[in-house]
Amino acid sequence: MPSFGENELSRRDVMAGATACAALAAVPARAEGRPETAGPEQPVLAKVSLTVNGQRRELELDTRTSLLDAAREHLHLTGSKKGCDHGQCGACTMIVDGRRINSCLTLAVMHQGSEITTIEGLGQPDALHPMQAAFIKHDGYQCGYCTPGQICSGVAVLAEIKAGIPSHVTVDLNAPMQVTDAEIRERMSGNICRCGAYSNIVEAMTEVAGRPA
Amino acid sequence: MKSFTYERPNSPADAAAAVSRNPNAKFIAGGTNLLDLMKLQIETPTHLVDVNGLGLDTIEATPEGGLRVGALVRNTDLASDARVRKDYAVLSRALLAGASGQLRNKATTAGNLLQRTRCPYFYDTAQACNKRQPGSGCSALDGVSRQLAVIGASEACIATHPGDMAVAMRVLDATVETVDAKGASRKIPIADFHRLPGDRPEVDTSLAPGELITAVTLPKPLGGAHIYRKVRDRASYAYALVSVAAVVQPDGSGRAAFGGVAHKPWRVEAAEGEMARGAKAVTAQVFAGAKPTHDNAYKLTLAERTLGAALNEARA
Ligand SMILES: Cc1cc2nc3c(=O)[nH]c(=O)nc-3n(C[C@H](O)[C@H](O)[C@H](O)COP(=O)(O)OP(=O)(O)OC[C@H]3O[C@@H](n4cnc5c(N)ncnc54)[C@H](O)[C@@H]3O)c2cc1C
Ligand code: SF4
Ligand code: FES
Ligand code: FES
Repeated sequence: MPSFGENELSRRDVMAGATACAALAAVPARAEGRPETAGPEQPVLAKVSLTVNGQRRELELDTRTSLLDAAREHLHLTGSKKGCDHGQCGACTMIVDGRRINSCLTLAVMHQGSEITTIEGLGQPDALHPMQAAFIKHDGYQCGYCTPGQICSGVAVLAEIKAGIPSHVTVDLNAPMQVTDAEIRERMSGNICRCGAYSNIVEAMTEVAGRPA
Repeated sequence: MKSFTYERPNSPADAAAAVSRNPNAKFIAGGTNLLDLMKLQIETPTHLVDVNGLGLDTIEATPEGGLRVGALVRNTDLASDARVRKDYAVLSRALLAGASGQLRNKATTAGNLLQRTRCPYFYDTAQACNKRQPGSGCSALDGVSRQLAVIGASEACIATHPGDMAVAMRVLDATVETVDAKGASRKIPIADFHRLPGDRPEVDTSLAPGELITAVTLPKPLGGAHIYRKVRDRASYAYALVSVAAVVQPDGSGRAAFGGVAHKPWRVEAAEGEMARGAKAVTAQVFAGAKPTHDNAYKLTLAERTLGAALNEARA
């Protein structure tokens, strides 16, 4: 895989001039920009409404804003982390319309009307999601940077297995899916942990899946 | 990232028209390749045409007994479709061997076909690269080429098509369906879809500017054992060094296509007469005329062994 991007523009640099331009209306059916007119460095704003952790949020964003930056910088939901910004680490994993995705590789404006769950929406310190509790119990982290992404992914992985979605290590594509260590490891490979908490993450997920660890 | 305007058209022809009339416009589907490249300013569109809302996300049976897969069907949904798992397992297997669960949930059929190379110099904007900047030269020729092509390359470019899905579609003889700005449709056999680099490595495929992929059709099922084997630097979440998509019949006859070796999925139908004789006989013909570099000559041995392993798996 290519190296992480070092030469991308800082988003703050880009946002600095964002108020200078006319608004672009991003409505569900037809989001009309002003095609052909925007110069390369002139920011373009668009309106988008998202349901984030059950709350409807209306935003006006530079079209370049990733879903990750929309959550972190605009909604101040900083649980989701930016590890690589290139789809390579999984730290930004969110559950969008019921599916886990890398929120760094999608645009907020492409999610008009979407239902988004971040780590903050899964559970809070006084009301933990079972997966959060299991990560604590099994020490499924050290520094914790990858953890919100791991937990969102972990919750989605168990749902995927339940829904019968196969994986690379599934032996029989046409038989019911099992929650095995091999299945968990393969399905979680999109979440990198530099601290190497992998085996404890497998234990936490196994417990939540209802199989003795 | 350069700034861009954004629109969501109402029909495939409108989408094609929107991109056709603006040379700096691009379609966006899952965005998992395009946005990555836009962040690095390797792609710099000033207008994005979002094709997600066009209703191109269904898988339907064809009158010929095959399947028509909409361009916007997500990789997860294609791999999980019961008909694909049962009758086109090589395609499920190839999809599941690619990227990660999160990426497959976003990545689309058309976007996957059109993903760009992972040549490290294509990604490094400080280096010469004819694919990224035509005429600037090719840094890979004298550089690190262990991941790059062993056959079908040119003096201008030795990049590979990095994907898995297309290798399975090649072995299945899929057809890519498109529509243009005037609403005219066209069918492109997968064999003719990806190009060889020649002296125009900046052009990956035979699509015309603004031409929109609407679907990929699979002919009626082939039967047989469906195998996809992928060899990579780690067990998951990495691109192929070499991959093999094979469909093998009980009598030992069959088909095989190779990934990670060329600018397109590499299949030599004439060599498939040797399938029953084993991997060596097949790869001797498939890779006749290969011009590996010092760094990637290992891929020739690896391709033979990977096909051998696939044939063993088919017999098991
Ligand atoms: C970390 C990482 C690891 C990966 N590993 C693998 C791997 O192991 N194997 C593998 O095969 N892939 C891998 N991928 C690549 C992944 O499969 C592609 O990014 C994905 O398939 C692209 O699909 P998309 O819908 O997101 O495309 P987009 O990014 O939306 O689009 C890609 C290109 O296709 C064009 N396009 C999209 N839809 C259409 C259409 N309908 N008609 C015409 N043009 C269209 C766009 O304009 C763009 O140029 C990896 C990606 C990442 C980030
Ligand atoms: S091999 Fe192709 S993509 Fe890689 S540097 Fe050379 S021209 Fe660019
Ligand atoms: S931040 Fe690394 S995958 Fe999104
Ligand atoms: S806990 Fe530190 S990166 Fe995973």
